[in-house]
Amino acid sequence: MLTSSLLFIPSLHDFLFSLLPPGLAKGAEMVLVGIIYLTIFAVAGLFLVLLERKVAARFQLRLGPNRVGYGGSMQTLADALKLLSKELTGTVRADKFLFNLAPYFVIITALMALAVLPFSQSMQVFDINIGLFFLIALSSVGVIGILLAGWGSNNKYAMIGAMRSGVQTISYELSVGLSLVTMVLLAGSLQLSQIVEVQKSGWLIVQGHIPALIAFMIFMIAGTAETNRAPFDLVEAESELGAGFHTEYSGMKFAYFFLAEFINMFIIAAIAVIVFFGAWLSPFGITESLPWLGVFWFLGKTFLVVLLMMWFRWTFPRLRVDQLLTLEWKYLLPLNLANLVLMAVTVWLNLTIQF
Amino acid sequence: METATIAPPIKSEEYFINMGPQHPATHGVLRLLLTLDGEIIKKVEPDLGYIHRSIEKMCERNSYQQIIHLTDRLDYLSSHINNEAVCLAVEAALGVEVPERVKVVRTILDELIRISSHCLWWGVMGMDLGALTSYFYAFRDREMINDIFEETCGARLTMNYNVPGGLMHDIHPNFVARTREFLAHFKTKLPEYDRLLTDNVIFQKRTKGVGVLSRQDAIAFGASGPVGRASGYSCDVRVHHPYSALPKVTFKEALRTEGDSFARYQVRIQEMWESVAIIEQLIDAIPEGPHQVATDAVIKLPKGEFYQKVETARGELGVFIISTGTKNPYRLKFRSPGFSNLSLLNHIAVGGKIGDLVATMATLDLVIPDIDR
Amino acid sequence: MSYFTEIYHGVKTLLTGMRVTGRYFITSGKSAITQQYPDNRASLKMFDRFRGEVVMLHDENNEHSCTGCQKCELACPNGSIEIIWDRGVDPETGKKKKFIDKHIYHLGMCTQCGLCVQACPSNAIVWAQKFRKTRSTTEPS
Ligand code: SF4
Ligand code: SF4
Repeated sequence: MLTSSLLFIPSLHDFLFSLLPPGLAKGAEMVLVGIIYLTIFAVAGLFLVLLERKVAARFQLRLGPNRVGYGGSMQTLADALKLLSKELTGTVRADKFLFNLAPYFVIITALMALAVLPFSQSMQVFDINIGLFFLIALSSVGVIGILLAGWGSNNKYAMIGAMRSGVQTISYELSVGLSLVTMVLLAGSLQLSQIVEVQKSGWLIVQGHIPALIAFMIFMIAGTAETNRAPFDLVEAESELGAGFHTEYSGMKFAYFFLAEFINMFIIAAIAVIVFFGAWLSPFGITESLPWLGVFWFLGKTFLVVLLMMWFRWTFPRLRVDQLLTLEWKYLLPLNLANLVLMAVTVWLNLTIQF
Repeated sequence: METATIAPPIKSEEYFINMGPQHPATHGVLRLLLTLDGEIIKKVEPDLGYIHRSIEKMCERNSYQQIIHLTDRLDYLSSHINNEAVCLAVEAALGVEVPERVKVVRTILDELIRISSHCLWWGVMGMDLGALTSYFYAFRDREMINDIFEETCGARLTMNYNVPGGLMHDIHPNFVARTREFLAHFKTKLPEYDRLLTDNVIFQKRTKGVGVLSRQDAIAFGASGPVGRASGYSCDVRVHHPYSALPKVTFKEALRTEGDSFARYQVRIQEMWESVAIIEQLIDAIPEGPHQVATDAVIKLPKGEFYQKVETARGELGVFIISTGTKNPYRLKFRSPGFSNLSLLNHIAVGGKIGDLVATMATLDLVIPDIDR
Repeated sequence: MSYFTEIYHGVKTLLTGMRVTGRYFITSGKSAITQQYPDNRASLKMFDRFRGEVVMLHDENNEHSCTGCQKCELACPNGSIEIIWDRGVDPETGKKKKFIDKHIYHLGMCTQCGLCVQACPSNAIVWAQKFRKTRSTTEPS
């Protein structure tokens, strides 16, 4: 059930349909949407990399990139160009097919997840009724790419990294899922647009108060682990494994992994914003009369959550692999289950706060 | 009827990987041959020699003044203390008594460079455990010490400021003011180190109970410095064989009994406080006087054997000189702390995970040129 | 119960750490410790004792005070200084005397130890503060 996709630019939609026969118009529209989303993908990726470097610099009393473009704004673009022009190297006796396949797995899953995000009321390509479930499912496909990369590189460091990644993703999937289930209990729907609709009477984190807050905290921890970012970056733990699973990658293939990591971070932040902070809704509906402002609200909130994840990264040391599992199975999972019950009781007794 | 064949049990194989010579956790060109079972370490074999420069042999063809600049290149993070070791040995052999001023300045600089070395270690320790920010905070503070050294000695790392019989120049007029400024600054920043890393629950989980070294083993392996003291082995040369101005100051030897990585961490943090205390006792009353006593242009040590040990930031550095009465030593041997501290790595790292090995290595605080010489 | 105190304690220490970095994040704009090196070249001043390279002082008549005594050559631990000297007749006294022909300093071998400067009896060589020894051909020295 692909929703008619260029609805967020209605005039273009009408223009296409007036010009071409319906079938062709539909096809052209799909291509256009594809291009638009690819652009969003690339721009968001480059912007996030730049942001991370600038934010890290501020945390560490440095200046960060400031040479290319105004205040360093073109730095990541230059880096991307450099990576594009680099030679693609590999190892001898690597599994060439899997080695080359791996980056695409990672990047395509990241790209697919982008499609269901409701950037604003009308800007959502694919509004399926199991939207949240789809997102969770996608986030676990990406790990296949990492496993393939580790296996295909014929490098023991990469292999260790990939195995760690498998362990980590499988465990933390649970927490991500359960914390979202908690919120679904409150929202009563899996469809993303529906979840946003519910929040018109107060963001879910306010509606669900205590259990929602706990769910948010768990989601942030598990989400950071899902994206393999510090303090859960065991997969590429620099001081232990060199570069982990992408040790042997170079040039654009490396850039795919790198971009995918940042896009995944964006997606996790976006999910948090959709489920907890009312997606494109403005606080107290102050800009309700201007629906197109929704995109900015959405991006602004996502940006803040991304900032929080960066704050984590630049403050905490990394966990050890067994502690990672202890944290999940002994702390997050029981808490999560208890929280689920708490939420159920809250909803049942109508203790939610609604405006 | 076929007999049921029993499937062979699943066998897990040990494998080995090379950690280093180019690896972020080995801090230099040290190569570790790791035998692993999954993530668990079965054996660690250090392989040395990647940065061997035959410094001991070079010492044999150099005069005693020239030897000192080679010691800068041993443990380059405590170069001033290395210089001092050779100078003390030569002065003792010649029977020269250096002026009071020299002694005090030497001790102040010793402690400054100890703080600087521990600062670098603290930053790198955080980085090894994945908290990259600590590195920059430590370097901010270390920069001030480097400035003090640059102003007074002329170099930031390999300062070669000691000469037999005293110091190369007198201290810079700004020295005292700058040192005071640094102390005031550093005393506000040390608690911050604690808040950022020491108290952090992840950090404690990563280091507590990791790489435990018992007191017996510490003595048996010849561990010294913070590594030995964290295991409850009181081995501070500054306490047991005080040299220069150390007899005049009072300070507590940092001792822990747990012997794990966290204890080694705490010992170093406490040592920074103690160093601050030592400098504070001396900085206000640097005695006046000459900065050097005249020695012969060509120093000839009397025939015999001479030994001097000092406490560097990493432990006990010994200088052993055999002289045949000529202007060069017949043989010169450095007993470097890093070498003995590395030797116990296999003993304490086996059974841990790769992450534990990194944490253990970080708290051993190895400087590879000191091990290889 | 200790289970929950542990969680509480853990979260608290994590937040303390975040407060430290967070404070720097907010205040760091001006207190950045980076030196923008090639840009601050004009204002960058090395300390006067800084050991950049060994130079021989020349006065306004382009004369130096080196006597060719070779003390610096002897003091140098790694042979970075070579003195090429000649015998000639001193025009004043008429006696035979050692004259310096060339004082060669190999920067590439020098370890900046400072022994030669200490050893020179006539203060002919001193330390220069220049630390930048390479430059591109397009820029002025
Ligand atoms: S500074 Fe040292 S190494 Fe350099 S020329 Fe002078 S004596 Fe030789
Ligand atoms: S020691 Fe001084 S005077 Fe003698 S040769 Fe060297 S530079 Fe010239």
